[in-house]
Amino acid sequence: MSTPKELRYSEEHEWVKVEDGKARIGITHFAQSELGDIVFVELPQVGDEIKTNEPFGSVESVKTVSELYAPISGKVVEVNSGLEDSPEFVNESPYENAWMIVVEPTDLSEVDSLMTAEQYEEMTQE
Amino acid sequence: MSENLKRTPLFDSYKTYGGKTIDFGGWELPVQFSSIKEEHEAVRTKAGLFDVSHMGEIIVRGEDSLSYLQKLLTNDVSKLQNGQAQYSAMCYEDGGTVDDLLVYKIDQNDYLLVVNASNIEKDFEWMKKFMIGDTTVHNVSDSYGQLALQGPLAEKVLQRLTKEDLSEIGFFKFKTDVKIGEYEALVSRTGYTGEDGFEIYATPESIIALWDLILEEGKEDGVIPCGLGARDTLRFEACLALYGQELSRDISPLEAGIGFAVKLKKEDDFIGQKALVAQKEAGVPRKLVGLEMIDKGIPRHGYQIFKDDEVIGEVTTGTQSPTLKKNIGLGLIVSKYTELGTEVEVEIRGKRLKAVTVATPFYKRQK
Repeated sequence: MSTPKELRYSEEHEWVKVEDGKARIGITHFAQSELGDIVFVELPQVGDEIKTNEPFGSVESVKTVSELYAPISGKVVEVNSGLEDSPEFVNESPYENAWMIVVEPTDLSEVDSLMTAEQYEEMTQE
Repeated sequence: MSENLKRTPLFDSYKTYGGKTIDFGGWELPVQFSSIKEEHEAVRTKAGLFDVSHMGEIIVRGEDSLSYLQKLLTNDVSKLQNGQAQYSAMCYEDGGTVDDLLVYKIDQNDYLLVVNASNIEKDFEWMKKFMIGDTTVHNVSDSYGQLALQGPLAEKVLQRLTKEDLSEIGFFKFKTDVKIGEYEALVSRTGYTGEDGFEIYATPESIIALWDLILEEGKEDGVIPCGLGARDTLRFEACLALYGQELSRDISPLEAGIGFAVKLKKEDDFIGQKALVAQKEAGVPRKLVGLEMIDKGIPRHGYQIFKDDEVIGEVTTGTQSPTLKKNIGLGLIVSKYTELGTEVEVEIRGKRLKAVTVATPFYKRQK
């Protein structure tokens, strides 16, 4: 799967998509393939604050638990409740159906410090 | 991955089959080939092939082998016939567990012990301390590879590769010098998945060839290579203990629910017997129970278990069961809370979530 060019990426394998001043967040194809079959996704609630590089939730595969680290700070305005019943979306459609949260960024320019698709691909190919 | 991880003879074959390796107790082993769920499902419905060459093999020989093993092991080795295997444990004086293992009786004064990979050196050192009379012990782990072919189609597939009548090998029985293709092996009807199946011991060279041969032969029947991830979920559903989780230095076999392998009344004294008898008489302090989550969350190894704000134990293994699709775990808890249907709480990332004690095993195959 190719890495979508219009997204930005964190070192912890989250992607960020900016839409009308808000940021949609999920995990990358690389992350889901490393984790294996996802069976449980734990997300914050609408209204919660997330902080850059701090955990905002977790994903669990059959084998293990991994924390989700916030790529930017902001206030959660939308949560993908569909992942509660269909955590397998994370494996099947990491960039589309399996978006996790939408936040109102505290400082939208934080997104600029994240990696581009090319930089992220380079990092994961090492 | 660290340079000094140990590898099995099959290491170079993993890549060919898409295996993804992890550090497993100092061994670089495949956690999965396709996906844990897919491999788990294959073993429950068809068959899967595992590389378990990391397991340790120790040979015990000599006139006094039986007396020696009776002293060392909790089960009654005198009950074994030639060609029969037995599940057993080795204990410390205080009843804690050194290891759990299989004993194969090859001949009257010739036994093969199969021990956990992470315990090979510890076990071997322990065994050497208690040598008596005419016995020799040899750690031959590097001379043996091991495959496990597990699942309802295991016999059908393996039978096509050998003239030996496999239906004659009963549960926990084995045959030596079985020719599979052109390779000689010891074949036992044993396993660690809760399904029918075989474990196959042979030289490292033969194991490499047998891996390809069995996968090729089983292809049409849906036999796939499986990793440690599926091995763990399969053994967990069947509630087979894993050393380091259900069993340890600090957990006795009675607590871990493998009392069937501890013969407290056997005539020969064994190491740890006094402590285990006392534990039984006083009432086993902790017991292993099944847990099913009521709230949403997955119990994992090491999570604490609470009852009314008091810690009563810890999860030994937990996951979302691929067969049952439920979030379940095994918990070692204070005995008075082990009655089925007791509501407890499991602390998951700072939150106490409701669970209930349930019957085990979680999965039992239809015979």
